[in-house]
Amino acid sequence: MSKTATILSGPPRQKTADVAQETLLHWYDEMLLIRRFEEKAAQLYGMGKIGGFCHLYNGQEAVAAGSIGAINADDYVITAYRDHGIALAKGLDPKACMAELLGKATGITKGKGGSMHFFDRDKNFLGGHAIVGAHLPLAAGVAFAIKYRDEKKVCLCLMGDGATNIGEFHEALNLAALWKLPVVYIIENNKYSMGTAVSRSSAVEDLYKKALAYDMRHAVADGMDVLDVYKTVKAAVDHARETCEPSLLEVRTYRYRGHSMSDPIAGHYRTKAEVEEEKKLDPLIVFADFLIQQNIMTDERIEEVEKKVKKVVEEAVEFAENSPEPPLEELFNDVYKPS
Amino acid sequence: MPVVSFREALNQAMDEEMERDDRVFLMGEEVALYNGAYKVSQGLYNKWGGRRIVDTPIAEAGFAGIGIGAAMAGLRPIVEFMTWNFSLVAYDQLANNAAKMLSMSGGHFDVPIVFRGPGGAAHNLAATHSQALEAIYAYVPGLKVVMPSTPKDAKGLLKTAIRDNNPTIFIESEVMYGEKAEIPDGEYTIPFGVGEIVKEGSDVTIVSWSKILQHVTVKAVLELEKLGVHAELIDPRTIKPMDWDIIVKSVQKTNRLVVVEEGWPFGGVGAQIAFEVQHRAFDHLDAPIERVTQEDVPLPYAHNLEVASLPSVDRVVRAVKKAMYLD
Repeated sequence: MSKTATILSGPPRQKTADVAQETLLHWYDEMLLIRRFEEKAAQLYGMGKIGGFCHLYNGQEAVAAGSIGAINADDYVITAYRDHGIALAKGLDPKACMAELLGKATGITKGKGGSMHFFDRDKNFLGGHAIVGAHLPLAAGVAFAIKYRDEKKVCLCLMGDGATNIGEFHEALNLAALWKLPVVYIIENNKYSMGTAVSRSSAVEDLYKKALAYDMRHAVADGMDVLDVYKTVKAAVDHARETCEPSLLEVRTYRYRGHSMSDPIAGHYRTKAEVEEEKKLDPLIVFADFLIQQNIMTDERIEEVEKKVKKVVEEAVEFAENSPEPPLEELFNDVYKPS
Repeated sequence: MPVVSFREALNQAMDEEMERDDRVFLMGEEVALYNGAYKVSQGLYNKWGGRRIVDTPIAEAGFAGIGIGAAMAGLRPIVEFMTWNFSLVAYDQLANNAAKMLSMSGGHFDVPIVFRGPGGAAHNLAATHSQALEAIYAYVPGLKVVMPSTPKDAKGLLKTAIRDNNPTIFIESEVMYGEKAEIPDGEYTIPFGVGEIVKEGSDVTIVSWSKILQHVTVKAVLELEKLGVHAELIDPRTIKPMDWDIIVKSVQKTNRLVVVEEGWPFGGVGAQIAFEVQHRAFDHLDAPIERVTQEDVPLPYAHNLEVASLPSVDRVVRAVKKAMYLD
């Protein structure tokens, strides 16, 4: 990967890549699972079964599938509060995730973290972080530990476009570049930090250019195209694994829902027409078309996957609904760890 | 028993723990090539090299966060703040990421890390460089707060902090680094939550810690002896966990309590001690609990104003007299 940014190419959107067919199908299944999981979460939120802030991933599924598809199972991943999609792609149990949303004892963090704070030590998934930008130094720290132990691992750190404007973004990038830490920073640029467009919040609209200040490798990917995400992230991950050098990737995507479930889908900051226009690039539809064109997938398989995913989500909801609330004594657990 | 300075005691603790455990490393501004802004890490870079003694740029939030991330991934970092004043830039990292990670992750990720450096006022450094911040850290569940007042305690408590599985706020004093005292021979640690009776007495209990204990309260206790007042002086050594039993038992004996601290009065550690003691020993108290704190103002530069703001021997003596109805 060159240090010069790649330029987003026009149609055709999909290019073949050296990826096994079963992997491509797995990515589709994963993206569909995320979409249906989030749709169910929206429904349960509307029914009052999920509380607090709930930021859904609809529209950004290709970023999760392509990014996580580019790393190994024992690589580390850390992300912001819009974390359901990344978590599911990293292999977190949909049942435990749904139970967490419902605030149950069987939740992935025992009902302590909720929607914004999924964690799983066994999967090297380090959260789920809801203070914008505050997890970026953590990612550099994880990469520091990798290098300290001379491991051949990487840390993927995803963030929203809004995070590129806060001080810790710049401290983390400077330190990661200065110390050559094997971390790949991925900006999921969905065009708005809550209701503020990138053009109204960042002096530089091409967010990857912020890497230039730290002489850091950088690239842009089409976030509605899972293959483009995969190729771009894979190049950065391979480079980090090989040389310990970090990268900053800008993945251009779009969220179909409001910022959180408390927010409208459109409003003063963006129009319904814009959202509808963007939905023409739905990563699931685009990818399904591609797989069918390539004779990798059939309409029948799409229906089968729909059924399979529906079952997974239904079972997750059933598990969550039937799980007990955390016992009251759980209140005082895990505040301090015995030494 | 060897006689060492406060900074040597801290240095020995870090050196020994680095010898004992490869996961332990020191990170901070000027800790390596410069040998520490206050020379606490003197010689460690030469001995351990750049892998384990790591100079950082001036980026407190950044390197505090790197320490926390490294701890989540299994290392045991010691992060030095050149002074605790600068930790305010990283308060989000400490109060959110370090303190809450274990709980919020449902037990998935612990953060075994020590944040250390000097706190409180030195001389003529004015408001932003002179703060005693223990109360705002002790306030946050998930953090432990340690404030040694002797080289012996500094070494033993720092070793315990490094081995502890939780984020520890370890506050030293830059004006004490050169002060020498005996420490035990060889390996030792001191547990958290165990205070010490510095001087036994029967008339009034005084609780104080860190620099103010050594530089002000001890002197006041000697003055009080001249007046025939036998004060019992307690050094809790750790602010959180606090050794409530040692304080309550003493008050049950003396029936009076004065808390002397460098911090501001509102919401200070002394306020918490006063609450706990009135709650646990209400029937034993013969007088209202007195507090000596810094005045509720940003600390000024001018020497006379600085002295007027901080706790003094005279103010401690007056507070004790008041608690004993001697004024």
